[in-house]
Amino acid sequence: MSIVSALGHGQGGGGTSPAVAAPRRRARGGAYLLLAPGIAYLGLFFVIPVVALLVTSLYVPVPGGEVGQFAPAFEWRNYTAALATYWPQLVRSFAYAFVATVAALAIGYPMAYVIAVRARGRPFLQGLLLVLVIAPFFTSFILRTIAWKQILADESFVVSAIRAVGLLPPDGRLTATGFAVVAGLTYNFLPFMTLPIYANLERLDPRMLEAGADLYADGPTTFRRVTLPLSLPGVVSGTLLTFIPASGDFVNSVLLGNTSTTMIGQVVDSRFFKVSDYPTAAALSVVLMVAILVLVIAYVRRAGTEELL
Amino acid sequence: MSGGQGAGALAAAVGVADRTDRTAAPAPLGDRGRPRRRSPGRWRLGDAVVPVFAALAFLYLLVPIAYTVAFSFNDAGRTNLVWRGFTLENWANPCGAPAVCEAFVNSLQVGAIATVASTVLGTLVALALVRYRFRGRTLANLLIFLPMSTPEVVLGAALLAQFLSLRINPGFGTVVVSHIMFCISFVVVTVKARVASLDPRLEEAAADLYASSWQAFWRVTFPLLVPGILAAALLAFSLSFDDFIITNFNSGSFTTFPKFVYVSATRGIPAQANVIGSAMFGLALALVVAVQVVSAARRRRRT
Amino acid sequence: MAGPDARSGADLVLDRVTKEFAGVPAVDDLSLTVPAGSFFALLGPSGCGKTTTLRMVAGLERPSDGRILIGGDDVTHTRAHQRPVNTVFQSYALFPHLTVLENVAFGLRRRREPDPLGRARQALELVELPHLAERRPNQLSGGQQQRVALARAVVNNPAVLLLDEPLGALDLKLRRQMQVELKRIQTEVGLTFVHVTHDQEEAMTMADTVAVMNAGRIEQLGSPAELYEMPRTAFVANFLGQSNLLRGTVVENGGALVGVDVGGARVRVPAERAVRTSGDVLVGVRPEKLHLLRDGEAVPDDCNVVGPGRVTDVSFTGVSTQYQVEVPALGTLGVFVQNLLGGAAVGLGEQVRLACAVRHTFALDGDDDVASGVVALDESA
Ligand SMILES: Nc1ncnc2c1ncn2[C@@H]1O[C@H](COP(=O)(O)OP(=O)(O)OP(=O)(O)O)[C@@H](O)[C@H]1O
Ligand SMILES: [Mg+2]
Repeated sequence: MSIVSALGHGQGGGGTSPAVAAPRRRARGGAYLLLAPGIAYLGLFFVIPVVALLVTSLYVPVPGGEVGQFAPAFEWRNYTAALATYWPQLVRSFAYAFVATVAALAIGYPMAYVIAVRARGRPFLQGLLLVLVIAPFFTSFILRTIAWKQILADESFVVSAIRAVGLLPPDGRLTATGFAVVAGLTYNFLPFMTLPIYANLERLDPRMLEAGADLYADGPTTFRRVTLPLSLPGVVSGTLLTFIPASGDFVNSVLLGNTSTTMIGQVVDSRFFKVSDYPTAAALSVVLMVAILVLVIAYVRRAGTEELL
Repeated sequence: MSGGQGAGALAAAVGVADRTDRTAAPAPLGDRGRPRRRSPGRWRLGDAVVPVFAALAFLYLLVPIAYTVAFSFNDAGRTNLVWRGFTLENWANPCGAPAVCEAFVNSLQVGAIATVASTVLGTLVALALVRYRFRGRTLANLLIFLPMSTPEVVLGAALLAQFLSLRINPGFGTVVVSHIMFCISFVVVTVKARVASLDPRLEEAAADLYASSWQAFWRVTFPLLVPGILAAALLAFSLSFDDFIITNFNSGSFTTFPKFVYVSATRGIPAQANVIGSAMFGLALALVVAVQVVSAARRRRRT
Repeated sequence: MAGPDARSGADLVLDRVTKEFAGVPAVDDLSLTVPAGSFFALLGPSGCGKTTTLRMVAGLERPSDGRILIGGDDVTHTRAHQRPVNTVFQSYALFPHLTVLENVAFGLRRRREPDPLGRARQALELVELPHLAERRPNQLSGGQQQRVALARAVVNNPAVLLLDEPLGALDLKLRRQMQVELKRIQTEVGLTFVHVTHDQEEAMTMADTVAVMNAGRIEQLGSPAELYEMPRTAFVANFLGQSNLLRGTVVENGGALVGVDVGGARVRVPAERAVRTSGDVLVGVRPEKLHLLRDGEAVPDDCNVVGPGRVTDVSFTGVSTQYQVEVPALGTLGVFVQNLLGGAAVGLGEQVRLACAVRHTFALDGDDDVASGVVALDESA
């Protein structure tokens, strides 16, 4: 479904969903019966927790209480204080996520294109390539991230080799850098970028591309004028599915970064678990959630894809 | 949004979507079979650039997996950091390291429950959203969309805040509850895409042929939805199995496989963890190859 | 309530049925009777409500008002799967996950009939597709899919079989072939067929009774010959074949013939062929019923004559020659002359008079729109 159809209906008359998707029945009882369990579940374990988070973000420490004891209040300054302290991490998170998303797009699009278009008509090759994109899910992503950490470790032969070639100064390193964190994010969310684009390209009618070739007779032009615009919904989906989790991630920055690559997720995590500063953690979470929603809506509007399937 | 597409791709890879996707709208004969190859012509550098680049990208994707597999054969001892020599010991004895198998089994259990529950709940919601017009539909759509656009830290923190305020001790139960929550939305979008692509006339035809609405659903609609539901279940399982952040917030002392790996990373990960990761990768690969081979054989037999 | 086991054709009655979508009527106060065992065609332009009518009969759409009776039983509030009715859908709607044979056996299985597969095979033989029983629908050509859809419906022996433009997607040759086949099956199994089409030729050749529908209403209902020879509205006169319609005023009535003043000329119309016998009327005549009279040629007996007019267009079509004759004060009339003599008899620009037997003339309500139901050339093809 689409972000826009989710949000767009609210903007008044935006319901331009295709006829197939148009609901056909009016018997409401049935609909509510089907919806009830799932919606109730999300209400209980998504809406209420988010509200709980909002409420918690305004709490104040119990005067003279122990660490981790808070009393209900409306302390808006939790937000200003949290932002004043942690804005660099917030900005860094979005910057890293942005770079990682662009990099994943640059890598993932050609992969998707090759699987969907070049391997079309060769089911076995196509299936194999797809599995290679998907199967990493089953090797824990933490295991893979740690693998990167070892591969790029200071004493690893890869780094020695790069140093030997002179691409890296003798004391230069690959792990524990911002570059490593971004590379890790790119790597970990690459399947989330590739799959939606693949799914989109796969559904393209090959005759459409032939028609393009017929009319323009030039590969790059066909790509730019036909393939790319038609695959835009997939690109939008992929970038969102990459950007959103990447901006909240902390595993990569913990495993591959250093103290100056801290991301906002890491701060939330440590405020919660290390110092039991629940209001600050909650306030930062709310800020992150709202900021992402605003970015997503702006992006989807900008991309102009009415319906992101 | 994209969960549907991603899962569609997932399904296609495993071969489940393959058959019915093409039959959903019966196309006349003639267009099927092998599409024409690229028209012969001058060989252009441009034609090779993209595949070569994609090959490099696949390499990038697979390097750490190769590393993981290789080090599953490392005669590592306690920390699996440097190569100490080849051994089959880890594979022969995957539960050799303390707690690794327990964590793995925990992950499988959580994954199984979360998959079944979220697939059922999500499929029902998807059916309602596509096939009925009702008050609050927009709101329901929004409620499905929001969890997907919320970073995991936020979901994890929110759930923990709630569990703490309800004085519920985090553990197996809270992990399962939170996994079901974030899987539902992905199931909904995946199944929804499938439901929306169904021809509404099919169910009418069933009714016309004396099927009650119950029979029409189970005889016609449901079989056609199965590929989408399987894809959704697969997606839910892989999301649950690989989740770390939300689990980390809500698990207390309960350990899943990703959490085990993360926690032991500082002390050194036992090679048995690599065995399990490699085995899962191999399993996924084998499964897909098997499905591909079977469906290819079936295709050949039918035509 | 009609049990789903009606064994042979039953009659179908629609009694003042109305269907509104969001307040807009798609079918408007429609009444009709289809006798048991007859082949009934519902003919009308796109969007006139044919599919909606069928869907109400099938039980897939609930009428806003009115009643539907099958074999005398009121089924208005009976659910689709409980009606002794089957449909061949406009888009076939074959189940993609079932084989052809299982598709055909579907209805039999739902009703727990004995030997569903054996009967399904028989039905496939009826449509000459027994060799494709194990295929899936997406492995069939359009015409084959259509025949499977037909078999799937016929095999249930419904009291009424509904066909919604089942031949629409077929090429002309296959279409003619299927028309013959449909007609054969109908006579063979004796079911009541309600066949929707917007191909008038198809309706005329196949049906015992044709109903012409327009904007949610039945304009006229009758045998094909009746509709053609004696249309009752301008819409029918124009939609079925072509007609010359001339505005006139009744100046003499009371006898067996009605006298009408048409642009100064006096024509006579049999009273039983006139929708109204006073005031403004439209005098109609089919182009092939007109004769061209050259200067001095004698007027045959019992003929209406108009003109003279000038021939503005001559086109030779093989079987006939079609003339356009412009008559002052009347407008342009079309004339089809059968090609008995070989070649056109009258040249462009010649002055001619037009004659037509009184018994071929008809008169319609003068308030009708002269152009309603005129089929654009490309559409009638
Ligand atoms: N579900 C619906 N909702 C709203 N309007 C509808 C619906 N179904 C049909 N209509 C309208 O009712 C009218 C009659 O439609 P119907 O499908 O019966 O036409 P038809 O005679 O079968 O046309 P065609 O020859 O093109 O198939 C049309 O104006 C159509 O737009
Ligand atoms: Mg229709």
